[in-house]
Amino acid sequence: MSHSDLLMKTEMAMPRTLKQACEVQSNGLHDKNDIPGMPLPVLKAAGIDLMDHWKEGLTAPGQVSNLLALRDPSLHRLSADSIGALCTLSAIADSTAVRKSAPVIAQAAESTATPQIRNVATAGGNLFQRPRCWYYRAHQFDCLKKGGHMCFAVEGENRYHAVFGNGPCHIVHPSNLANALSVCQAEVLVVSSAQGTEEPRRVPMHQLFCLPEDRLKSEHTLGPDEIAVGISYRAAPHSAHYEVREKQSFDWPLVMASVALDMRDDGRTIAAARVCAGGVAPIPWRMPQVERALAGINVKDTQRVRQACDLAIRGAQPMSNNAYKLRILPVAVSRAVRLAVG
Amino acid sequence: MSDQTAHGTVPIACSINGRAYSLDVQVNERLLDVLRYRLGLTGTKEGCGEGECGACTVLLDGLPVNSCLVPAYQVDGRSVETVEGTDEQWAAHLHEHGTTQCGACTPGVVMTARWLDDTNPEDLSVREALAGNLCRCTGYRGICEGIKATLKARQQSSNEEGNP
Ligand SMILES: Cc1cc2nc3c(=O)[nH]c(=O)nc-3n(C[C@H](O)[C@H](O)[C@H](O)COP(=O)(O)OP(=O)(O)OC[C@H]3O[C@@H](n4cnc5c(N)ncnc54)[C@H](O)[C@@H]3O)c2cc1C
Ligand code: SF4
Ligand code: FES
Ligand code: FES
Repeated sequence: MSHSDLLMKTEMAMPRTLKQACEVQSNGLHDKNDIPGMPLPVLKAAGIDLMDHWKEGLTAPGQVSNLLALRDPSLHRLSADSIGALCTLSAIADSTAVRKSAPVIAQAAESTATPQIRNVATAGGNLFQRPRCWYYRAHQFDCLKKGGHMCFAVEGENRYHAVFGNGPCHIVHPSNLANALSVCQAEVLVVSSAQGTEEPRRVPMHQLFCLPEDRLKSEHTLGPDEIAVGISYRAAPHSAHYEVREKQSFDWPLVMASVALDMRDDGRTIAAARVCAGGVAPIPWRMPQVERALAGINVKDTQRVRQACDLAIRGAQPMSNNAYKLRILPVAVSRAVRLAVG
Repeated sequence: MSDQTAHGTVPIACSINGRAYSLDVQVNERLLDVLRYRLGLTGTKEGCGEGECGACTVLLDGLPVNSCLVPAYQVDGRSVETVEGTDEQWAAHLHEHGTTQCGACTPGVVMTARWLDDTNPEDLSVREALAGNLCRCTGYRGICEGIKATLKARQQSSNEEGNP
């Protein structure tokens, strides 16, 4: 059967309540005994990344559960400490509450893709979108992530690949939002049939994503029966997101940096810093060495700030074509620090 | 849960350029395909088919979206505007400023520009708004000038209407 024939056979669940969505996710659309071995439905939010997969012939899910059919207003709610999973990136970027509470999150949303995409792409979909590695996205390459035997990026075109994380797959995590949320002590709220919908499981950002050495075929730790319903985050008024791109408007970042600073009462000294780099590793890459070095520094002391940011590349293992990232990463981090100070 | 399951096709009702439509669409059908191949609204173009070029831009409830990445069933109960619903005033100003050469990007550009018309254009620079519309011919300058001229003319005429 051809790929498009398979797509024609796709069945779609339109759950109205979270409880129904959880049921569909744990049992599928039919009695399990009807179609033995049928995989569980694929979750769909706005469907941007899913459509891309279908079109490229990467997946042809038998069953899809359309989260946009949910009638639960909490999934669209935005506040100074929470983001519903179905909020669009435009809504996040435009939200005064988010802008005031954690500028880094609004800026990361605003710098994602194009207005056309931000107007439909959801927070949940942005976190769980699949990687952009061109070998992964092209059906002709049966690479490690797709169950094959080699990573084509190792000897191939790897200028947009990872400099941290040590393989065996060298993707960079694609999500802008994940990077920013990592410095806002965010937790993703997750429901499932087993967990129930009343008391979502709270997954901190550092436990949400996993390295290829731990799990190769998925980038996150949620089970197939789990649905993210929202994100809770802490206020980070001194925070910023900075991206270096090849093209200034609308491009995937080569490298991005999200920074959140706690300032002492004098308004000049950094009490504590949280720094996360994107475009450099298979997960949002926190930089504890830079965070420690920034603590206690007077932000006017540009030389010490710069020295602290230069530590960003410690431990990096660039591939054959991406050592340039080591030159721009400290710059991105120090610019994000400067913007975070305000 | 049969009423919550779509098998192959989904019935939808939506408004396109102000006209009401009821259609059965395939689960895997894109809004772009419905517009072009079912309704003959071929003004909306397909360039890349993957969200990069903006040739397929339409307004969904007033906001620009890539119709190549919006599943058709997702417009159920909503309103879609395409380039066919655009009034003549746009064409005149855009033409005058050399906004279009081969024309492949133009319908998408016009739809993004119409969004600016509906919002407050001062809030967004025209260039930033056009981040999702690629043009391989003009170099964008004519596009930006043409849009600014049209927005200005429209602002003036609506002010005049407001203050007789
Ligand atoms: C041209 C282009 C440029 C882009 N540039 C950027 C960029 O610069 N930065 C960036 O971050 N992104 C970028 N993107 C990616 C885009 O932001 C994502 O594709 C989009 O956010 C996905 O959201 P969605 O709602 O459409 O997700 P969907 O396509 O519906 O889902 C994506 C994935 O998430 C899973 N999922 C969705 N919702 C949930 C949930 N609630 N719980 C659990 N799993 C869920 C789905 O199963 C699926 O695997 C770009 C995309 C395009 C096409
Ligand atoms: S980096 Fe990962 S996704 Fe890309 S080719 Fe290697 S194994 Fe595949
Ligand atoms: S055809 Fe839709 S963005 Fe290019
Ligand atoms: S006029 Fe040819 S692509 Fe814009």
